[in-house]
Amino acid sequence: MHRRTFLHGLALAAPALMTAGRLYAVPASSPRFLLVFLRGGYDCANVVVPCSSRYYYEARPNIAIQKPVAGATEGAVVLDSDWALCPALRDSIAPLYASREALFIPFAGTSDLSRSHFETQDDIELGQPSQARRDLRSGFLSRLTTTLSGPASIAFTDSLPVVFRGATDIPNISLKGVGKPVFDERQSAILTDLYAGHHLQTEVTDGLALRQEVGRELQQEMQASARDAVSPKGFELEARRIGTLMRDQYRVGFVDVGGWDTHVNEGAVEGALANNIASLGRGLRAFQQELGPAWRDTVVVVVSEFGRTFRENGNRGTDHGHGSVYWVLGGDVKGGRIAGEQVRIERGTLFQDRDYPVLNDYRAVLGGLFASLWGLSGEQVQQVFPASRPVDLGLV
Amino acid sequence: MLMRRRFPVTALAAACSILAGVPAWGAHPQLSREDAQWLARITYGPTTETVDEYLKLGRRRYLAEQLHPHDIRLPPEVAHPIAALEISRTDAESLLAQARSEHQRINALSDETQKQEARKALNERGRDLAYQAARREILLALYSPAQLQEQMTWFWLNHFSVFQHKAHTAFLVGDFADHAIRPRALGHFRDLVLATLTHPAMLLYLDNAQNAVGHVNENYARELMELHTLGVNSGYTQQDIQELARVLTGVGIRVNDRVPRLEPEWQALYRHEGAFEFNPARHDFGSKVLLSKPITGAGFEEVEHAVDLLVAQPACAKLIAHELALYFVSDEPPQRLVDRMAKTFRKSHGDIAEVLAVLFESREFEASLGKKYKDPMHYVISTVRLAYDGRVIVNTRPVLNWLNALGEAPFNRQTPDGYPLTEAGWASSGQIARRFEIARTAGASNAGLFNPEDGSPAASTGFPQLAGPAYYAAVEPYLTTSTRTALGRASSQVEWNTFLLASPEFNYR
Repeated sequence: MHRRTFLHGLALAAPALMTAGRLYAVPASSPRFLLVFLRGGYDCANVVVPCSSRYYYEARPNIAIQKPVAGATEGAVVLDSDWALCPALRDSIAPLYASREALFIPFAGTSDLSRSHFETQDDIELGQPSQARRDLRSGFLSRLTTTLSGPASIAFTDSLPVVFRGATDIPNISLKGVGKPVFDERQSAILTDLYAGHHLQTEVTDGLALRQEVGRELQQEMQASARDAVSPKGFELEARRIGTLMRDQYRVGFVDVGGWDTHVNEGAVEGALANNIASLGRGLRAFQQELGPAWRDTVVVVVSEFGRTFRENGNRGTDHGHGSVYWVLGGDVKGGRIAGEQVRIERGTLFQDRDYPVLNDYRAVLGGLFASLWGLSGEQVQQVFPASRPVDLGLV
Repeated sequence: MLMRRRFPVTALAAACSILAGVPAWGAHPQLSREDAQWLARITYGPTTETVDEYLKLGRRRYLAEQLHPHDIRLPPEVAHPIAALEISRTDAESLLAQARSEHQRINALSDETQKQEARKALNERGRDLAYQAARREILLALYSPAQLQEQMTWFWLNHFSVFQHKAHTAFLVGDFADHAIRPRALGHFRDLVLATLTHPAMLLYLDNAQNAVGHVNENYARELMELHTLGVNSGYTQQDIQELARVLTGVGIRVNDRVPRLEPEWQALYRHEGAFEFNPARHDFGSKVLLSKPITGAGFEEVEHAVDLLVAQPACAKLIAHELALYFVSDEPPQRLVDRMAKTFRKSHGDIAEVLAVLFESREFEASLGKKYKDPMHYVISTVRLAYDGRVIVNTRPVLNWLNALGEAPFNRQTPDGYPLTEAGWASSGQIARRFEIARTAGASNAGLFNPEDGSPAASTGFPQLAGPAYYAAVEPYLTTSTRTALGRASSQVEWNTFLLASPEFNYR
């Protein structure tokens, strides 16, 4: 990756305004970054399994994932001597780990202790020091976009997420169900004029323009899928479309996936969590395939607001916890390993006798990643994550 | 050429009125801008009937009737289809019992194909019942003369949000809306908390049905404090959540018609109403400390005690006052107004109508008129109200489809925080583009709104005439020049409709 030349390249590239002034032409060499947010607090301990911990099997009599068997063709997959990947990711993410295109950071998260989904999601998306009075209108990907002097950023969501709130207007579009554009150019122009001088002018202009863009981009997909016997569904389809747009136009993206709040009957090798995680894995592989050679310049980070209680609860589920496990994927990441600070998992090392501790602060980890990925100066990292101490885990 | 353009572009209408010497719609009254905007906030948008009623009663009396609705008369075209719904004729307990026994039967099936099919049918049945509930909410929002009560019903359904796709919640959402929420929407807050706390929809959705001594599930306890009463970061601790969860052990759902076999000393403590039960055998009778106050083990009385404690906290008054002001005044409600509302909340022990009276009679409210971005519910309902005025739609599916497309369908918020109440939640580029597309669909055809739901032939076709009496009374006089210009560029009635529904004036209330 040509990280350090990226900022330089941006400065030289004349922005080719396509619509509202935000779909810049981006230098081909600049890296891509996609943040995947698992909303609901996914139960990381049943996905990246601490299989060497005896206490894991004691704490989860009904829902633990059985230890991997080396060389087996089913069941959990060995990651290293302490960790295993759940069977639901055997066909999608395990091969990426084997080819060193994926790594995991356990004990990752925030210092927020509310254990509230909404509070903690906002905390992470704002990316500001927890103690300070926070500016609720400034998310960290928005600040990253400003710091990088405006790479094309986009949220693949129905509404604009907190992480993209800020000075720069970032467009959003959900790729779950997209049809042909409804308005012709004359109509679009009149609709845009309705909001001339209005504070929603940019949103209106972008919204109309983006629909046309996406409509054109996805023409190809529709033609391709007409030939396909089986067309992908759900997150897999969405992720494939995200891949198309990020390959061709966008450099910083965000998408969220829900359904992780497994208080009751979360299942183990099979069940609610396994189904959801398998779909996520298939989606990320579809994204990778869609990017093609551009996968080499792409980094995907998967996060969630918190982990869940280490012990199963009375309903074969888990409750809101603290530390999580983040994923880092990409064609050129230094993968095939477990990264970051770790601790042996036993009863005595649990945080508040119930959860994973947070040993790898998300602001430090992402700040360090952004610094290497785009060659940011220390000052620039502070613009993205104020009052943070970036840690270089050598992820890329 | 001009003669063929029969759509009433405002310029054309103005020309007619000059020629005739009277307003375009005869002697039909026009509201002042302030009255028009006031009415757009108190209701789901103007119709001829609301305008007439407002002019007849005057603002003071109109507001008093909206705050204390009585003798609500629905038009028969609305009352009959609502009465005909299965959810209006069957109580929630029976519906849940049906779902549970079918669920058990399915689990006992050995044939995998049969199992799959029966499961599908049961899900289908849940979807149908949840649709009926949505249909009733939509019809009442559109046509109930108690418009404020309907807005408040939506507001509390959102505050105490439940999700239809969790377990058998779909079988219960109709009852939740119509029996737990609507009758208390303008009543006392404490009653709403208890009504939702003991409703099987909430007990299922936030898992308290599974919360029992030795098997504590703190999901509902947490949200009861964080979302329903106190607000996050208001001073309670993880310990308080665990203690409240213990208080709530045993609050659950009756599995069958029988009273469970209980130890004699527990029998008097058993409670049930409908599908709700408090089962002492599942309750933790140990003493607890909640918000530094001791709670002695006593059964369901502890729950009532805890609710009293929660709603009496200053944090609760603040949370509710702020949320109401967010919904009815501004995305950044003036602190002084919120403080006055919170004070009234405490003084009146959570009398919602009294708190709202403070809001509606405030200068801050007046100053905010016309500046609140419509959330999808307001947008879609006001569109249908303007497009068809008092003419009652037959089919509510298109309305529900639009709400779904805009991301605010009833009983469909997966997370318990409810839908956003601010512009930032609804006015991103992607959402605005989608809203414009719905403006076009709603403006270009009747979208199936008059096709009977049983599939019998449609009574009428064609696109709506948005430029009707309600429009001339409460919308047209206050359009900005740029909107008039855009409307003048429309090349057809359909386009004119689309541009009006997309205009800033129509997208704010």
